[in-house]
Amino acid sequence: MNVFSKIIFTIFVIQMNSYAFAESSSTDEISKYRELLADGNPAELWEMRGEELWKKKIAPKNVSLEQCDLGKGAGVVKGAYVELPRYFSDVNKVMDLEQRLVYCRKTLQGLSHEQAVKVPFGSVGNSSDIEALVAYITSESRGMKMNVSNKHPLEKDSYEIGKRFFFYRAGTHDFSCATCHSANKKRIRLQELPNLLNKLDAQKTYTTWPAYRVSQGEVRSMQHRLSDCLRQQRFPEPVYASDSMTALIMFLAKNADGGVYDAPALKR
Amino acid sequence: MKKMLMGLLVSIIITGCATAAIKTDYGQTMLTLLKSEFISKGPATVERVLSQDEVQKICSKYPVERPEKMAALIQDSQMKTVKYPSDGIYIGDWKNGEKIAQNGRGFQSSDPLGGVNGGNCYACHNITKSEISYGNIGPSLYNYVKAHGSSEQVIKYTWAKIYNSQAYTDCSSMPRFGHSGILDEQQIKDVMALLLDPASPVNQ
Repeated sequence: MNVFSKIIFTIFVIQMNSYAFAESSSTDEISKYRELLADGNPAELWEMRGEELWKKKIAPKNVSLEQCDLGKGAGVVKGAYVELPRYFSDVNKVMDLEQRLVYCRKTLQGLSHEQAVKVPFGSVGNSSDIEALVAYITSESRGMKMNVSNKHPLEKDSYEIGKRFFFYRAGTHDFSCATCHSANKKRIRLQELPNLLNKLDAQKTYTTWPAYRVSQGEVRSMQHRLSDCLRQQRFPEPVYASDSMTALIMFLAKNADGGVYDAPALKR
Repeated sequence: MKKMLMGLLVSIIITGCATAAIKTDYGQTMLTLLKSEFISKGPATVERVLSQDEVQKICSKYPVERPEKMAALIQDSQMKTVKYPSDGIYIGDWKNGEKIAQNGRGFQSSDPLGGVNGGNCYACHNITKSEISYGNIGPSLYNYVKAHGSSEQVIKYTWAKIYNSQAYTDCSSMPRFGHSGILDEQQIKDVMALLLDPASPVNQ
């Protein structure tokens, strides 16, 4: 089988079994599937589409994203993600990958803000260009160590704001991020919860997003992961690619420093 | 001498204020972002998460441990919020209690306005033998009566714990189901039955 048909077959196998996952989402079962699929993660399809989109010239300016500066210079994709979020002097602020992509699509390609943030999260029949681009860019950091800077004062600020957010208890249920993610070996139902204040857990978690979600049939980005956490936290919806989410991502990314990046991954 | 002391005090205060003004107030910045970058959706509103009560404020600031006095203050104040059942009946229908324990709906941005809320007890607790998909943030409640008995004291404790968990544990991870209006009185009675009715699978 060639790579493409192998992936298609893999998706078929995964989709057939996604109902079983919904019923008993035990971590053991997932790891069995991970082994089974080893080199056939459907996320590869997103990565391929993302690379095409990165290089594709689009209206109105008829330019590609190839000159987008993700922090390591215009057009450098390799290793960019493991250093994000970071301070960008051209905007004098800290941005995560998705915020920076929006910025490049607006400034380089001439998209309006509405166009640049359209369909951040895909669904059946309405695929997301952003998720594909994110899959491609992150895949170019696979095998590299997380190395997020906190040298610039605004990077420090972003981390501290993210930290306050992490511990902010509010809403009807008194939940903060910390309620579920500050102790070892905890579970919600059968879903294991990473302790994001524990270095190893934080590394293992952060370095495996984005991921192809078997239960959703889509590659999901960090912004999607956080939005879904906040929904279950009984918080209102964060505006896509906003500064508060960048701050929270900064806090999580910095806590994962030194972890070897290994995504897009495969998850329940 | 007195003048000198006053002068010193004033200069300390001024220096203090100046330092505070330069240093970023991260908490305040975070709240400003929360206000401007979040959108109310369904029952999950920006107003609600912005209006922290005193307990939420303290638990955000001291997430791991509180000074003893502060802990006692929280527990006392939260105990005062507990409303015991108006008709004096504590035990409802365990079958409804089981449904409430299984139901995780309520107050999420994806939930409808005015829908029926669940307690989602299984998310954190082992409760019955037959439900193997349970979490472990809270203690096991299986064999509740065997472990705790069913005296009047236990019944009142259990009610208050569900109504406002922080009456006993300051900054508990458990929502304050009665106090925060997640479950109504009848629903709490039904969850009580799940734990305390001898016929409930919890006690089988």
